[in-house]
Amino acid sequence: MSRRMSIAIALTVVLLVLALLSLWFESVAGAVVAGLLILWAWASALWERLPPYPRRRATNYVVLALSYGATGLGLMCLALILATLIWNGLGAVSLDFFTESTPASGNTGGGMLNAIYGSAVMTLVGTLVGSPIGILAGTFLAEYGRGNKIAPVIRFINDILLSAPSIIVGLFIYELIVLRTGHFSGWAGSAALAILVVPVVVRTTEDMLNLVPGSLREAAFALGTPKWRVIVTVTYRAAMQGMLTGVMLAVARISGETAPLLFTAVNNQFWTTNMNDWMPNLPVAIFQFALSPDANWQQLAWGGALLITVTILGLNILARVLTSGRSFGR
Amino acid sequence: MADVALNRSAESPRSAWFDGVFKAATWFFAVAILVILGAIIVSLLISALPAIGRFGFGFFVSTAWNPVKEDFGALPAIYGTLITSFFAMLIGIPVMFGVALYITELCPRWLKRPIGTMIELLAAIPSIIYGIWGLFVFAPWFQSGIEPWIIDTFGGIPLVGALFNAPPLGIGYFTAGLILAIMVLPFMASVTRDVFETVPTMLKESAYGIGATTWEVMWNIVLPTTRIGVIGAVMLGLGRALGETMAVTFVIGNAHQLNLPVLMPGTSISATLANEFAEATTVMYRSSLFYLGLILFVITFIVLAIAKTLLIRLQQRAGG
Amino acid sequence: MVRTMKLLGALAVTVGLLSTPAMAAGLSGAGGTAIYPVLSKWAEQFKNETQTAVNYQAIGSGGGIAQIKAKTVDFANSDKPLTPDDLKAAGLVQFPAVIISITPVVNLEGVKPGEMVIDGPTLADIYLGKITDWDNAAIKKLNPNMKLPHTKISVVYRSDGSGTTFNFTDYLAKMSPEWKQKVGSDTSVSFPVGVGGKGNAGVAQYVNQIKGAIGYVEYAYVQENKMTYTRMINAAGATVEPTLATFSAAAANADFSKVEDFYLILTNQPGKDSWPITAATYMLMRKDYPAAQNGGVLKFLDWCLKKGQEQAKALAYVPLPDSVVKQVETAWTKELIGPDGKPEWQGN
Repeated sequence: MSRRMSIAIALTVVLLVLALLSLWFESVAGAVVAGLLILWAWASALWERLPPYPRRRATNYVVLALSYGATGLGLMCLALILATLIWNGLGAVSLDFFTESTPASGNTGGGMLNAIYGSAVMTLVGTLVGSPIGILAGTFLAEYGRGNKIAPVIRFINDILLSAPSIIVGLFIYELIVLRTGHFSGWAGSAALAILVVPVVVRTTEDMLNLVPGSLREAAFALGTPKWRVIVTVTYRAAMQGMLTGVMLAVARISGETAPLLFTAVNNQFWTTNMNDWMPNLPVAIFQFALSPDANWQQLAWGGALLITVTILGLNILARVLTSGRSFGR
Repeated sequence: MADVALNRSAESPRSAWFDGVFKAATWFFAVAILVILGAIIVSLLISALPAIGRFGFGFFVSTAWNPVKEDFGALPAIYGTLITSFFAMLIGIPVMFGVALYITELCPRWLKRPIGTMIELLAAIPSIIYGIWGLFVFAPWFQSGIEPWIIDTFGGIPLVGALFNAPPLGIGYFTAGLILAIMVLPFMASVTRDVFETVPTMLKESAYGIGATTWEVMWNIVLPTTRIGVIGAVMLGLGRALGETMAVTFVIGNAHQLNLPVLMPGTSISATLANEFAEATTVMYRSSLFYLGLILFVITFIVLAIAKTLLIRLQQRAGG
Repeated sequence: MVRTMKLLGALAVTVGLLSTPAMAAGLSGAGGTAIYPVLSKWAEQFKNETQTAVNYQAIGSGGGIAQIKAKTVDFANSDKPLTPDDLKAAGLVQFPAVIISITPVVNLEGVKPGEMVIDGPTLADIYLGKITDWDNAAIKKLNPNMKLPHTKISVVYRSDGSGTTFNFTDYLAKMSPEWKQKVGSDTSVSFPVGVGGKGNAGVAQYVNQIKGAIGYVEYAYVQENKMTYTRMINAAGATVEPTLATFSAAAANADFSKVEDFYLILTNQPGKDSWPITAATYMLMRKDYPAAQNGGVLKFLDWCLKKGQEQAKALAYVPLPDSVVKQVETAWTKELIGPDGKPEWQGN
């Protein structure tokens, strides 16, 4: 008797007992499921009895069907989420949405102008601060890092930072900036976002710089150019598209981040341009509005969610399109 | 290739001096990354010290969470983090294989790029969107359609039933795990796909040549070759799932209890931090939250370190 | 390269112009979600009249207390009053602003707002997890004419540090010795069963979503979102509806003149018209803030106490009676003294 056969028999006995117990405990559905499992155990035992070639073909078909199903599932989830966003959010998007500030609870109308502005400013500042750090650090890893013992360590640490939970970064900035200055501020929020930008830009810069062919550099060196000039005028220029794509991806990443802003910039009901003040921003506003029972606020939350998603997806698609046509040497 | 050894001094001494400045600047910012991480760890440690002093390692096994009596325990939060990530992996790994298999072997050429892009677009959706989608769309559907069926079916079975006996809330460990699965799927699938594509075509063609089915090629050739990379991809997904905050906060139910039924609500470390940080009035409360954050950071660190080591080993193998 | 530098420089200047060196002329506050519906309306009107923006973040009473202790906000709000000792230790002063009421809400098929009746001991048993189904005998006894389905009860409570929780659990502790002993009452307690929602809004959200749910929220949330509220049986044994009249009846018993620092818990007030779960919500201020800062806050609070009352009543908050407002103003003059010895409140 084959091993599978004996397993099937053993399983049948166990499951029959379970099925009887389930009926005893009045779970008809449980008995049905036990019955199905018994059937499955026998089917897989009998599977073995098939002649080899049909069996292999059958196995193949089952697996392929499952992987079609898996991909279909993934795509369906994407479609569902986007459909929900569009269905719920489109109703909120109007001229008012872009021109009015967030309303008080219980009011009708209003928009997300202050949140959009605050998010845009903090993203801009965070990117402006984080990108140069990231680019220069990436340059170090690519251009000066070979043979240097510290470079692999920095690469490793960079990947840790890349995947670190963003809420931890928020806590860090709370301790570092909010408690020291004594108040929440847009600056603190931007600082948290900058820390999130740096690892992304380091990673993409290093990858892009490594892709620049050595012949370009050698040609420049052969003309007597100092190293820094080679990097800045030749290598950077060759990799510029890729590096900008990296910055774009970083922007896409921080636009949707909520957790780091929860304890740094918090949110603001009113319009403000003062970075020293609590800065309104889309993600935290969506967080507050979505969790409230106020129907108007929920509508605005969906609208904001649609806006963020469209922006981020757009940036990602743009980045993809730009890198697909990349070439080096002009 | 990048570091051609022609470090020739330039035409003028001023340029040569700037060479040193530039190199120093890049070095400075590279080291800054180390400093940032170090600062984060140190800051977490310092803030967590009072709690570490008071609770020590008992923190890991205590289920108390009483801000009034200042008695805190991490077990419900750690359990919630681990079990939601477990569900995310349970559901995500098979789907990851399915997607990677489809894209590398089954997909027509012209469809490869678009489908790959679409799966990666799932990664671009910010986590708060997953949170509100989970709460407003998925949870009600789950609560009215699927959950009662699960509870009726499996709740009655002796032994196993205890895992399913719960009021149908729609939110809880399982829902959070499901949402996390959808979130980490794109990372894992695209890394797995990249890893599958490193398998030399020659190997696969030889297997096809002697009549192997697609599945047999996958199982006997591709997977053994890419074993390390696949594990690395899984670890990356796991790292992401462990630290995810917003998606989990919306659908896990915020109950500081250790519940056995998988459909019950609970809490995770990041959800606890997001919910309670703003109102931690006392030093011990705040310190306990930082202690939780430190634990999360350490767990993520370990998982990521393992993933990186595995991926480096794969690269070394592929390189030669 | 030079062009890029110029561009970056221009950007930096723009960003610099966007921020002013000091804090804006606005005020910042943090605290409970119970007062948020009316406070946000007050802030809106105050801004229209005086151009001063009052930015309030409803993060829970516990959060408000934490933030004002950390000096990150100008004022805080809490539904749980601090004891006189705590106030002295932290250098804070507190005064009531308005009286809130807490209502149980349910989500049950076929049950209309105001249809169900519930009392304190039953509520405590539900929250203890002793009553698990809606058709339990205890609930049936209170609602003999209702068809109660055999649905599991899903308990919803506050996951954040909340003064609403404080008052609700205080009421449960008064109604059930078992609750008092097992769980107690505070802004954050270990609820034996249920899910936690963030803020009054989160609880309302969960109750609306989960069939068979029961929760407790401040009445303004019930009104704004048309939730299914229940009636309650008060200390005098009468069944009362949650309305401004019953809230006011309960609030009429509040005698702040006899207590120190306005510390008064208003749950389970006597009187046949009184709503059982009411509370005063307090504003907290720091004594050591500069006179100008506190002066700004006091200007806002004075506006709320006098001009904001109609808004409050529209949302079923009970305004403080005039005698109490005078007591609050006296407290301002006595407690908030600037470094020059002169009170920071100049009166209007």
